[in-house]
Amino acid sequence: MLGKLDLSAIPLDEPIPLVAALVVFLAAVGVLGWVTIRGWWPYLWREWITSVDHKRIGVMYIVLAALMLLRGFVDAIMMRTHQAATLFGPGYLPPDHYDQIFSAHGTIMIFFASMPFIIGLMNFVVPLQLGVRDMAFPTLNSVGFWLTASGALLVNLSLVIGEFARTGWLPYAPLSELDYSPGVGVDYYLWAIQISGVGTLFTGVNLVTTILKMRAPGLGYLRMPIFCWTSLASAMLIVAAFPILTATLAMLTLDRYLGFHFFTNAGGGNPMMFVNLIWAWGHPEVYILVLPAFGVFSEIFSTFSSKPLFGYRSMVAATLFICVVSFTVWLHHFFTMGAGANVNAAFGIATSIIAVGTGVKIYNWIFTMYGGRIRFDTPMLWALGFITTFTVGGMTGVLLAVPAADFVLHNSLFLVAHFHNVIISGVLFGSFAGYTFWFPKAFGFRLHEGWGKAAFWLTLAGFILVFAPLYLVGLEGMTRRLQRVPVEGWGPPLLVALLGVAVMMAGAACQIIQLVVSIRRRESLRDETGDPWDGRSLEWSTSSPPPAFNFARLPHVENEEPYWSVKQRSIEGQPLEAPDSYEPIEMPKRSATGFLTAFFATAIGFALIWHIWWLAILGFIGAYATFVVFAWRDEAEVEIPAEEVARIDRERLRVREAWYRRREEAA
Amino acid sequence: MSATTATGGLPSDISSRSGAHDPYRLGRHDGGAGVGEGGPASRYVTVSYGFWIFLLSDIIMFSAFFAGYAVLSGATEGGPTGRELFDLPRVAIQTGLLLTSSFTCGLASLASHRRDQLFTQVWLAVSGLLGAGFLLLELQEFATMISDGAGPSRSAFLSSFFALVGCHGLHVGLGLLFLATMMAQLAVKGFRDDILRRLHCFNLFWHALDIVWIAIFSLVYLLGASS
Repeated sequence: MLGKLDLSAIPLDEPIPLVAALVVFLAAVGVLGWVTIRGWWPYLWREWITSVDHKRIGVMYIVLAALMLLRGFVDAIMMRTHQAATLFGPGYLPPDHYDQIFSAHGTIMIFFASMPFIIGLMNFVVPLQLGVRDMAFPTLNSVGFWLTASGALLVNLSLVIGEFARTGWLPYAPLSELDYSPGVGVDYYLWAIQISGVGTLFTGVNLVTTILKMRAPGLGYLRMPIFCWTSLASAMLIVAAFPILTATLAMLTLDRYLGFHFFTNAGGGNPMMFVNLIWAWGHPEVYILVLPAFGVFSEIFSTFSSKPLFGYRSMVAATLFICVVSFTVWLHHFFTMGAGANVNAAFGIATSIIAVGTGVKIYNWIFTMYGGRIRFDTPMLWALGFITTFTVGGMTGVLLAVPAADFVLHNSLFLVAHFHNVIISGVLFGSFAGYTFWFPKAFGFRLHEGWGKAAFWLTLAGFILVFAPLYLVGLEGMTRRLQRVPVEGWGPPLLVALLGVAVMMAGAACQIIQLVVSIRRRESLRDETGDPWDGRSLEWSTSSPPPAFNFARLPHVENEEPYWSVKQRSIEGQPLEAPDSYEPIEMPKRSATGFLTAFFATAIGFALIWHIWWLAILGFIGAYATFVVFAWRDEAEVEIPAEEVARIDRERLRVREAWYRRREEAA
Repeated sequence: MSATTATGGLPSDISSRSGAHDPYRLGRHDGGAGVGEGGPASRYVTVSYGFWIFLLSDIIMFSAFFAGYAVLSGATEGGPTGRELFDLPRVAIQTGLLLTSSFTCGLASLASHRRDQLFTQVWLAVSGLLGAGFLLLELQEFATMISDGAGPSRSAFLSSFFALVGCHGLHVGLGLLFLATMMAQLAVKGFRDDILRRLHCFNLFWHALDIVWIAIFSLVYLLGASS
């Protein structure tokens, strides 16, 4: 009836996951209960859960990412404290639990923290920057989000029901095969990633179509903001790389469930094929994450230097160059596999070459700042922290790209320090920068600057304190994923890293306090103009938060920085564009399809993990029924009447004209 | 105020205000609008385009299975090889069924352009029956192989064969579900714009499966039976 599932799946003998699960459970019950008492369910259901508005979905992605970022950070804290504790005793995590922690940390941070954060930013910003009203496929967008949430739910479920994979964040075969990982941990991994991967693929398809086919009149390719370009590159990489992940995990699933021999030792299977296939997805994945972050930084460097982006076309070229070359470097993840000197040399050279594209970007950012009137607001601080620390991470990457050096440093903490160095400064700082930068656009008020700056400096200092010592012990030969530390000399650096984690915790606390403080003081932080940073692209031309339809009339784009030129005209005495007449706007209708699909996907995933076959079949039927009901609906759109559009837009123009007049008087 | 002066090629005025005049016009031209300045594309174009992108991703997934097959096709572990297993006449019939169903699917598309409900339905039904025939032959082939002890657990070669061909078969099966749903929708809703868009997507999907099948036919069956 319940397949492999019984009471023994709940780790009653392990206090740590049990207490953690209890805390999460109580928090969840508390939040749900509070929402019920306040009577917010109808609002949440109508305005958020069933919303197909790209802005709402973007915000939900980022909320999910923030929660998972905290979960992954807790894992990181446990690893650091455990390793430090083993200097003085046995530590507090048994090996099988420690293995689950580092596997869950990587899995959660990449798939459920970084990816949703970056996708959330793209979701929110891209249609606004393109000057259009929504994504190409709004309901598919909602499906994509909810499938990602479904995957995240499954991973977190493994905390209390069963176990998580002990194989690392990429379940290398043959360790992940049934012979060596008989438990449900790898199955949790497989189904969670498979479900959220499908969601990501949908989002990729949606973004590519939106950017290539849905742009405001006049917004040709070479007039798009650079964030749209990097989002396009990232989405194209999703479309081209995620199917490889789907196929690879499907092969491992077939091995585990139906006795296939893709990656097994026996039966002629080839474990090395797993490593090749997974990194053929995995390396492009790195750029899927970091390219949009580069886009965020480009927008920020330009805005806060009060200058157009330097070398726009070379930036576009560098982005597309990275996009293509990212598919030719995957073998550098396993130089030690033994593919031969010539193969290693070819991939080593390709890896060094891809750094050229990033180098072009770094110089473009520096030249954007050169001669500019720089403002050091929080988003700019994150960007500056990025450009200094990312360069170090990039250089250690080029060092690791030399196969001979890699043979020594392979699998060491030097490698761990390298990829954290680039992912934290690139993706995480980029996410935080984008969050601070576009928060006023999403909610109509700024985040508190003081707490933001404190969060930045603490996070930066903690980040350096953690990973500089790890570079050192890595050079001394300390390998990654050690449950206990066998060399006494590695003790002091690990204690410094522990201190760094504490500093980063303080940074994370500042971010949370910043959010709370900003919400409480939202009236004084209010953004009336819709343009709090003196922005240059179209998202700043509408109100904060934007109306559901984003733009009352689609903007007409005449050059690369449409909003900047509009503002200049207004300063020169011409009024801001004020249309005399408004037309009704058709907006996509809200739909529960995404939520229901994810509900059934979660059921299917859980059923397949625990071999509850009837539930899996029911889940498939439910998902198909949801699809048919969605396809059967007669009205896909709702009309916003012209008077309503006019009212909203005239109010926006009134507030903004008043602001401009105040500014002119002040000048 | 295009302020390029003699001071080392740097614009004289690089303060914030001059941003309006973009002193660094490096590589930027006002004529750089490029393709697609006409505003958002029509719904029909957007939907078809998005579906094309999805199909491309699907073909990439198949390419991963092809790569797996290419790596493992020699790993027969002393078990049966493609030469002993593949029954080319059966595969020829399968190919004929699938390609004909693509043709009839095209006829359905033409009928839908004429808004001819009867013939659209007839040709869709014929396509579905041909597809079902293809699937039946494939399942029969699989059943025979498994009962002969040549199932996917026998060797890595057979694992990759079953996964690749089975993945295509799964697509055909899902395509049949898609097709049945479309026929019901067409019967109930008639030639509405959204129904026509979906019919177009179904056509694209069905033809894409042919493309994949042709690759399977040549690379798996023809090469396998000859080596």
